[in-house]
Amino acid sequence: MAIEKIFKDDATEEKGERARMSSFVGAIAITDLVKTTLGPKGMDKILQSTGRGHGVTVTNDGATILKSLHIDNPAAKVLIDISKVQDDEVGDGTTSVVVLAGELLREAEKLVASKIHPMTIISGYRMAAECARNALLQRVVDNKENAEKFKSDLMKIAKTTLSSKILSQDKEHFAQLAVEAVMRLKGSTNLEAIQIIKKPGGSLKDSFLDEGFILDKKIGLGQPKRIENAKILVANTAMDTDKVKIYGARVRVDSMSKVAEIEGAEKEKMREKVQKIIAHGINCFVNRQLIYNFPEELFADAGILAIEHADFDGIERLALVTGGEIASTFDNPESVKIGHCKLIEEIMIGEDKLIHFSGVEMGQACTIVLRGASHHVLDEAERSLHDALCVLSQTVNDTRVLLGGGWPEMVMAKEVDELARKTPGKKSHAIEAFSRALVAIPTIIADNAGLDSADLVAQLRAAHHTEGCNAGIDVISGSVGDMAELGISESFKVKQAVLLSATEAAEMILRVDEIITCAPRQREDRM
Amino acid sequence: MALAFDEYGRPFIILKEQDQKTRLRGLEAQKANISAGKAVARILRTSLGPKGMDKILQSPDGDVTITNDGATILEQMDVDNQIAKLMVELSRSQDYEIGDGTTGVVVMAGALLEQAERLLERGIHPIRIAEGYEMASRIAVEHLEHISKKFDFGATNIEPLVQTCMTTLSSKIVNRCKRHLAEISVKAVLSVADLERKDVNLDMIKVEGKVGGKLEDTELIYGITVDKDMSHPQMPKQIEDAKIAILTCPFEPPKPKTKHKVDIDTVEKFQTLRLQEQKYFDDMVQKCKDVGATLVICQWGFDDEANHLLMHRNLPAVRWVGGVELELIAIATGGRIVPRFQELTTEKLGRAGLVREKSFGTTKDKMLYIEHCANSRAVTIFIRGGNKMMIEETKRSIHDALCVARNLIRNNSIVYGGGSAEISCSIAVEAAADKYPGVEQYAIRAFADALDSVPMALAENSGLQPIETLSAVKSQQIKENNPHYGIDCNDVGTNDMRQQDVFETLIGKQQQILLATQVVKMILKIDDVISPSDY
Repeated sequence: MAIEKIFKDDATEEKGERARMSSFVGAIAITDLVKTTLGPKGMDKILQSTGRGHGVTVTNDGATILKSLHIDNPAAKVLIDISKVQDDEVGDGTTSVVVLAGELLREAEKLVASKIHPMTIISGYRMAAECARNALLQRVVDNKENAEKFKSDLMKIAKTTLSSKILSQDKEHFAQLAVEAVMRLKGSTNLEAIQIIKKPGGSLKDSFLDEGFILDKKIGLGQPKRIENAKILVANTAMDTDKVKIYGARVRVDSMSKVAEIEGAEKEKMREKVQKIIAHGINCFVNRQLIYNFPEELFADAGILAIEHADFDGIERLALVTGGEIASTFDNPESVKIGHCKLIEEIMIGEDKLIHFSGVEMGQACTIVLRGASHHVLDEAERSLHDALCVLSQTVNDTRVLLGGGWPEMVMAKEVDELARKTPGKKSHAIEAFSRALVAIPTIIADNAGLDSADLVAQLRAAHHTEGCNAGIDVISGSVGDMAELGISESFKVKQAVLLSATEAAEMILRVDEIITCAPRQREDRM
Repeated sequence: MALAFDEYGRPFIILKEQDQKTRLRGLEAQKANISAGKAVARILRTSLGPKGMDKILQSPDGDVTITNDGATILEQMDVDNQIAKLMVELSRSQDYEIGDGTTGVVVMAGALLEQAERLLERGIHPIRIAEGYEMASRIAVEHLEHISKKFDFGATNIEPLVQTCMTTLSSKIVNRCKRHLAEISVKAVLSVADLERKDVNLDMIKVEGKVGGKLEDTELIYGITVDKDMSHPQMPKQIEDAKIAILTCPFEPPKPKTKHKVDIDTVEKFQTLRLQEQKYFDDMVQKCKDVGATLVICQWGFDDEANHLLMHRNLPAVRWVGGVELELIAIATGGRIVPRFQELTTEKLGRAGLVREKSFGTTKDKMLYIEHCANSRAVTIFIRGGNKMMIEETKRSIHDALCVARNLIRNNSIVYGGGSAEISCSIAVEAAADKYPGVEQYAIRAFADALDSVPMALAENSGLQPIETLSAVKSQQIKENNPHYGIDCNDVGTNDMRQQDVFETLIGKQQQILLATQVVKMILKIDDVISPSDY
């Protein structure tokens, strides 16, 4: 009697070698996809969405590419997930982490083919990862004490991160922007305080950092366009019709005159509210919700600048920078904290009018205005800048810094290689494979730059056999160079996260020997 | 399906739509059932033991789960066959009852079924086999009791507990830092355990996970974490010596359940209503303030105005906290959940030494930590890991470890792992078999063979020669009369599980044998399967 089907209709099951192969193939395919974006000479990808409008994104950011892919292969999904986590956690290295995990699996595939048990490979990888981490820890530079040096470290990191992005042409400029913005945060990782405004037009070079705060809103008609020594009340309150919130309340009248009376009362109520707000002694009022014409007119009469419909983030940020609190009731004006700034004025960027708050109380926040030829350029610039800001803010907290340009990989590879030689048993093959996977990263960087990778990596390897060597790949000149001199640095935290999550993901995929796929849920036809 | 005909050649119709149903009977039915059960066991067999492999399960919605946990694999497998469903149930009940050994129980049941098939072929009646299995399982369970060892642990000596949890964790992906996780689990269980009554309420342990960081960053928090932040961005992020009001009523105007309408027809009414509304908000906040609360945790939302009033009166608040979390907070801080503002009193406030908000990574993720609670019984295990699947799998592994620790507190007997207990039972059952006259003898012997299949699978997964290894260990056990020899999965160099510190709980093992036997008996007793044919 044949074995009956145990699964539901279309569920499929892949076992042993087949399952392993399917995960290897999926993972390596993903790696090959993003591989070409790695390094300063990496290429961009165009992503076209299947949604309405077929929106186009041009990007170099691994996380963005992978996020937009519709993948069916479970192993590939694991890789996409690690890249996403890398993005959330440290912000950069999203491509590297996928490439490293993919290379680890590629090496593992060869080992499995030569009859080494996956569990042996895993334990070898673990030893190697630990060893690699220690190797990095030994070589980190920590300039926490020396503010001047640390700032130059940050500058270098920013330049290195930006050099692989669309901003590489103006990386000096943008690195300066990013470092200054992050230094203002004074150690907090709260990137919300940095606002990025995108305005098409001009060139990337015209982007600038503003120490104040820019709100993308227009000033109401008939209200002052410029206020000095502004007192700002930031509010979240209804300024359209102030409804009675008691449940079930409704107006029921029996004559037209009553309607007019109640309307009058309503108006009176609004007028009172406005009076109360004005009683705070303010000259600028920013509300999250709409402000109707009537109260706006009242504000204009009182010479108060009223800004309506600032979005939630805008409100929070504004409250943060001006030092005021977000108010919703206005009965006791003496105890509400009111924000201050030196100057509010309307400024023009391109052909849009924006409101500029300068000389704010809290110096933490700032605004970066990005200019560029098209929306695509601006979107990509924002992503790149975001990466740089993330890395920098993380570095401010964890001040350990490494050199870049394939240097950390070579240092790790060397240590791991030595470990392999000392380790008896089959594990040593796996450890060796780990080191090969590490070397693959400089190889890919060189390949992407159109250089002779075999030659360069061999040179690098030789150079690294001398103690305390700083050699890495200098993509610009196409040779091996001293990374310390070239000023190419990376954050230790990013490298560590890349190493650990790539190993973790590879381990996870290697442990699998069976894939059970349930039938996709039937979509109901919407027609 | 075969139809019966009466003397005139008309078919009897007994079942509704009889001709559309397939029917299996007698030996054929049993064999079909056995093969289905075996097929399920075969899937799980490779996940057994420290060198067991994981499975990828892709749900109908495309979500990926990677796991080593038998119960989870079976649950997500989308099984259609009835007998296979029984096996799923089997694994689940082991999970509910013991929490660990969910793979082992299915492998055991599969082996018992395989042996039963052979006996059926020899013409032994299924009921006799079932009875033989029943006797054998009783022998095995008694023998387990016999070879088990009690060990002592106290609040200070947690080493034995940690060792046992490590055995459980070593088969999972988290075995890289099993020591760390085992310690966390044991500490968590001990802090909520009632050692007098030997009872542990696992509900008091909350397992939370957040992607990012590394597995080593997993920590035990003596308190509660809530995945929420303060309702107003400018409220203080850190409160010391907090007195917490735990509310289940919204900071909103009242909404009576009965339908009502408030009619406004004059200006005066409009104004009184307005004043009343304002007063209502004011009263709510004032009440919280009056009883001395310094933090408000609310299950529902706040009105903008109320939110600002809270902020204004310097009363930090958290909104939209889930019901389960609310209960945990109440337990931990020793507070009472208050459903109405009127009932708020000072005694009902919870107390915590420190409440702080912590942000993660580059996104806006924030979490609220409530620590140094008045009643530190509720704890949280906070897991970090490289990706979502990793976190999920770690949660499952921690759950297993927690269950093991709980079982040990309930009953501090252990048996040695690595298949040694099974081998020892197998020897005992085999020896006992000869004493039974009658057909059952064969079934008992078959049971002994089935017991061997667990160590056999362990050896196979570890890349050892299964038959060779098993026979070597078995002879060693008999020769030295020492039930502690098992399979050396990690290639340590010794077969003595006492030296390797591989333990399992006695009740877990006993439950495995009992549950597996029960299910197999049930399957053997089925002799007729009627199912609607495919349409």
